[in-house]
Order: sequence, then structure tokens, then C-alpha cells
Amino acid sequence: MITESGHFALALALFVALAQSGLGLYGARRGDDALMRCASGAAVALMLLTLVSFGALTYAYVVSDFSLVNVATNSHSAKPMLYKISGVWGNHEGSLLLWVTILALFAGAVVLFGRHLPPLLKARVIAVQGLVAGAFLAFILFTSNPFMRLARPPLDGNGLNPLLQDPGLAFHPPFLYLGYVGFSMAFSFAIAALIEGRVDAAWARWVRPWTLAAWVFLTLGIALGSWWAYYELGWGGWWYWDPVENASFMPWLAGTALLHSALVVEKRDALKSWTILLAILTFSLSLLGTFLVRSGVITSVHSFASDPGRGMFILAMLTAVAGGSLTLYAFRAPALKAGGLFAPLSREGGLLLNNLLLSTAAGTVLLGTLYPLFVDALGGGKVSVGAPFYNAVFVPIMIPLVAAMAVGPLMTWKRTDLLGILSRMKFVVAATLLTGIAVWVLAGGRLGDLASAGGMALAAWLFLGSLWEIGERSMLFRASGPEVVARLKQIPLAAWGMTLSHAGLAIMIVGIVGSSAWMEERIQNMKVGETAKLHDVEIRLDSVSEVPGPNYAALSGTFVLLKDGKEYQRLSPERRQYRQPPRPTSETAIHSTLLGDYYTVIGEEAPGGGYVTRFYWQPLIAWMWAGALIMSLGGLVSLFDRRHRIGAPQGSRKS
Amino acid sequence: MKRLILSLLLLTSAPALAVDPAEMLKDPAQEARAREIGAELRCLVCQNQSIDDSDADLAKDLRQIVRERISAGDSDSAVKQFLVDRYGDYVLLKPPFNPKTWLLWLGPLGLALAAGLVGRAYYRRQRREGAAPQPLSAEEQRELERIMKDQG
Repeated sequence: MITESGHFALALALFVALAQSGLGLYGARRGDDALMRCASGAAVALMLLTLVSFGALTYAYVVSDFSLVNVATNSHSAKPMLYKISGVWGNHEGSLLLWVTILALFAGAVVLFGRHLPPLLKARVIAVQGLVAGAFLAFILFTSNPFMRLARPPLDGNGLNPLLQDPGLAFHPPFLYLGYVGFSMAFSFAIAALIEGRVDAAWARWVRPWTLAAWVFLTLGIALGSWWAYYELGWGGWWYWDPVENASFMPWLAGTALLHSALVVEKRDALKSWTILLAILTFSLSLLGTFLVRSGVITSVHSFASDPGRGMFILAMLTAVAGGSLTLYAFRAPALKAGGLFAPLSREGGLLLNNLLLSTAAGTVLLGTLYPLFVDALGGGKVSVGAPFYNAVFVPIMIPLVAAMAVGPLMTWKRTDLLGILSRMKFVVAATLLTGIAVWVLAGGRLGDLASAGGMALAAWLFLGSLWEIGERSMLFRASGPEVVARLKQIPLAAWGMTLSHAGLAIMIVGIVGSSAWMEERIQNMKVGETAKLHDVEIRLDSVSEVPGPNYAALSGTFVLLKDGKEYQRLSPERRQYRQPPRPTSETAIHSTLLGDYYTVIGEEAPGGGYVTRFYWQPLIAWMWAGALIMSLGGLVSLFDRRHRIGAPQGSRKS
Repeated sequence: MKRLILSLLLLTSAPALAVDPAEMLKDPAQEARAREIGAELRCLVCQNQSIDDSDADLAKDLRQIVRERISAGDSDSAVKQFLVDRYGDYVLLKPPFNPKTWLLWLGPLGLALAAGLVGRAYYRRQRREGAAPQPLSAEEQRELERIMKDQG
């Protein structure tokens, strides 16, 4: 009964979504308050209906109702409760339901929190959200219905892929989706602005918090996924340039560009039509990302064709959203008047450079991800585009971006004196050079160490440059103590947020460079009592025992890390054999320090006795996760800036 | 005796795990080369995994072939060519530069150039349209004078 209610709510939601978009658009055109209020009401109703539907599916998972195809194929009665619930979005149908539920939540949030929005803009934003929701609901109901019943329910389900039974991955998809779907807000605002033919500072001020929130979630989601890959897959990597990863990285790159260009619209009334275009592209990439992962098109073009219903629907929807909005853009964008002028060397110029580089990066990832598909579809056979390709083309784009990032915030609007800034920053320049030389010498001073030394120097440049900006603002070391404190207090939260995010990226670069340059690996066969060396410790296999789990049996090894002959740390990695589906996984055991991670993995028993063990020394890798967290924190801090909550623009100095 | 046990150990086949000790070459320099090559070869039956990262049987076979070729004295590029001759370019995670991949390799450069042109066009149009700054309105003029007076 609960299942049927959920199914019914989903079908009803489709019609409510259509009503929401129709009433919103027509009401705004006629300027009819009553119709626009109806659209708002529909958005709230849609939010409640999708929540009911999502709740019903979750309930079916919690009670293990195997009469549902979706539950039977993706769950198992013996699974721990956390993974029963995360199983709801661990599959195609359920994840789409989560997607549309989040979309409805965002549209509802516009109604509930958008009291100060101009009514016409608000109605159109809600209408566009309704349109997207309607398309998704139709897709779910007609091709991917999670509420399908089975005539003969099985006694138990097939279970969830054991690799996904992990707390990190349980929360990875919701965060990603909050990011993807959050960008739908920027998209809806962009379409609404195109329909109205007006983009101003106020518009940018409304769009920015939504984009920022989406960006924070997406950053956390990607970091969570990468962290999971690091500790769960068991070979020490954290980013593989896999199409599935690229799918989330492209909207992140475009969304980051959008955040920065919206800033120019807000402060200087320039780059308006570019910002609209970015909003459209960011959401289109989010849609593409959702589908690349969920449709199986990535594995091969042929799996796309194996389910023509879904494939065609996806293609039609992508064409409609991207093609339709770009057509609208082509007609309406020229009417947007360019605002404030600026020289190439200026804060705006810096932000434009940021945008061009980030777009190039996003385009490059898109090219690499789709290239094999196109070559295959055109009958050109199979081409591999793997990590070595991306490493070769991506790094050269990132270097100028990061280099400019340190200087950009110090530039003034309209025009700036770059040489003046650099000469004021001479301490930072010197510290950067010193860092590079020190790292190079410490690493061994070989030609091959130049790259890692350069990477560390770049990180130092960005980190110190970001702090320098705060130093200049507060007149640190130049004004009296109390005045510095007073000045620090005046710095708006948004500026602190920027500093945090930029410094966070610098810290992340330290982790990336360190772990890829100086990783050490030891793979060997070990018997109980034997030791192996890793970096500065010796690792002894103390014991191996069998440990039962709720839905698996594990082989657990205990390693003792010895530093100078003394016990330093104990680690117990596991080799798990899951019962349903029958698959082995390895649970790594990691000891994190500021200097690096000791990473241990135990394999199965070798026929000749002993166990295959793998150890990694991952230098500075904790900095990467810390950096990603600090970046997200920066976004969050900026979100709490009081100015975001005041809907109306502050107005020029004149008023 | 110890060495004998070790070599016996190395001969026994261990369960499938990405790169396991049984398949590793004794010479660390050669093994390091094998790892570097392995990271650039695709496990053909997997989703975007290198043969070093994969548990698949095929990946294990390929790892052994790589090590056999290295032991036989092949250079790094000869080892890769050996596999390309049998599996095609698909086995290379870093695609070679040929007519089929021109667009892929030159694409990023093209994108960067296009971005540069967009930027240039923006500044040019700005200069053309904004060349003559609007004269101040009477009100702005008064405002300016007031500010100048305050400052002075």
C-alpha cells in the first residue's frame, strides 16, 4: 500500500510539475498574480509529492520488500541498515528519484526563501524548475520506474555491490546530486533572465548563493568519492580520470568559472551574457554527468543502444535542455547590454582569464571523455583515452590558472598595475623561489625532481599570495595593532571565504604533488612473524585471524609498524568475502600523519603459505583531503556573508 | 637454501590481485620499468583500468607478457609495440598521435586558442563601443565637485 502511494505520488508529481511550469510561464507573461501564486503552490506540492515518493521507496528498502524489482535486484535482508538506505540511490532508478526530489526541494526553497525576489523573475524560475522536473519525472515513470512489482517475489535480494557498502560512498551520491541539481538554480535563473531580457547586479546577487551552495556540495561530493577510491579500492590511487569521475569534474570546473563570472556581473555589471552562457553550460554538463554515469553509455556505445527507450529519451532531453536554452540564448543574449569597461590587466580581466582557462579545462575533459564514444560511433574502432592523456594536457592548463590565482585578488577593478603588485609581493616571490629550490635539493636535486619542486613552489605561491591579500587589507605590520584588528574585523565573510578556498587549493596541490612524486610501494609475500621495510618503518605481520561480519567473512591481519625497533602503530586491514553478491573486497588500514600515510593491504593466503601484503607510503596525501575540506569551508563561510541575504543590491555609492 | 625457498615461493601462483609478488621480476630496475609500462597499458576487458590496477586474469597475463619481454631484453617502446601489434592502439591508455587522434591531441590547444580569441574579441569590442566615454551629466558633475571640495 505504501509502495502504491509512492507510485501514485510520483505520477501525480508529473502533472503538478507540468502545471507548475505552465502556470508560471503564462502567469508571468500575463502578469497575473493569482496564476503565479498557483505556480508557487504547485512547487510546494511537488516538493511534498516527491518526498512522499522517495520516502515510500526508502521504506520498501528498509523493510526489504522484495516484491519490488528494484529492491530485489539491489538489496539483501542481511545488509546493515545504513546500506539498505544508501541502496535506495545506489542504482539507476532510485538515484533518478533522489535527483528529482532534490530538484523539487530546490524549487520549494525558492518559494519559501525567495520572498524578496521580483515576482515575475520568481515565477519564471519556478516554471523552469518545473519543466526540468517534469522531464525527469516522465523519464522515471516511462523508462525507469522504481515501483515496478514482481509477480513472484524472491525469498531474498541480490544484494548491493560490496564496494559500495561503505560509509564514504553511502553519502557520496547525495552530495554530488545536491551539487548537480543545485546548478539547476543557476540555469533556471539564467533562462528566466533571458525570457525577461534583463540581467543586472541584483540578478547576480540572487544567483550567487545558490551556485555557491551547489559548488560546496559538489566539491565535498567529489572529495568524498576520491577519498573512498583511495581507501577502498586498495591500490593507493585517488583519481583515475575515469569517465565517471570526469562526469562530476566537468560541472565542477564550469561551476567554479560561473561563481567567478557572476562576481563580475554583481560588482561591475559586465560579462553578463557570458555568465548566462556559463550557467546554461554548467547545468547541461551536470545533466550529461548524471546520464553518462547512469545510462551505461560510458562502458560502450552499444550498451546505450541496448536499451533504446532510455537512450533516446536521454538524448532527446539533453538536446532539448542544451539545444533549447542555447537557441533562446542566441536570440536573447545580444540584447543584454555590456556594462562596465575594464582593461585586460584588472580584477575583471583576471576573472575573465580564470573563466577562459577553466572553460578550456572543462572542454578538454569533455573532449577526452566523449572522444572514444564518437570514434566508436563513427566506426573508427576503439580508442583509449586514459590517465596519461589527461595528465599530459591538464597540467599545462592548470599552471597559469594557479599562478594567476595568487595575484588576481590583489588586482584592482577596471585597471591595475601588475608590476606594482608583484613588487609589493616581493616577499612572496622570494619565498616561492626558496621553496622551489629547497624542495628540489631535498628531493635529490635530479632533473626529474624539477617538476615536483615546481609544483610545490606553485603551492607556496598560491598559499602565501592568498594570505598576502589579507595582510594588505588589514595593513598588517604597517598599522598599529588595534587598527589591524579593526581592519580584520571589517573584512567581509565573502573575502575570508575566498582566501580560505584559494589557500585550500594550495594545500591540496601540496598533497597531489607529494603523493604522486614520492609514493613508495612494497608488494611481497609474508608469513606470520616476517617483516618488510616501508619508508622509515619496518612492518611485521603479527597475526592473521578470521573475523565474521554481518554479511561477509573477513580475513584480518594485524601489522605492527616498528620505528627504530620500537612499536609505533598497529594496523589491521581485512580481506572480506561478501556472501551476496559473492565478491571479495579489501579493507585497507591506514595510519595518517602530517608527513604521509602508512597504507596497508592484506591479500588472500598464498598456496605456499604466507599472505600477499601490500604497503604504500603516501607522502603528504592527508593535505589533499584537508585542502578539499578547507576549500568547501571557504564556500560555506562566503555563503554566510550578510550581503547574500539582503536580496536587493547595495546600490552605487551615489544613493 | 633460503634462496631456494624464495624462488619456489615465487613460482607458486598466488590468487589474483593487482600486481602480486609471484609475478615480479627479481631485478628491481627491470621491475620498476615493468610497472611504468604497466601503468600505460589498458586492461582490455576492464573499465578504464591499467593492467597494474586490475584483478582480471587478462591483466595478469599482460603483466606477465610485459615482464617476459623485458627479461628478453626489449626496450620500453618495443614492449609496448609488441602489445600494440597484437591488440591494436586500444591497449595504450595514452593514445598515439595519428589521424584518428589528431582532434583529441590538438583539441585542448584549439580550445585554448579559441578561448584566447574570445578574450581578444571581447576587449576589442569593448574598445570600439566604449571608445568615447559618455560626458558627465549635470548631476554627476555637481557630485564630483562636491566630492572634490570635501577632499580638499
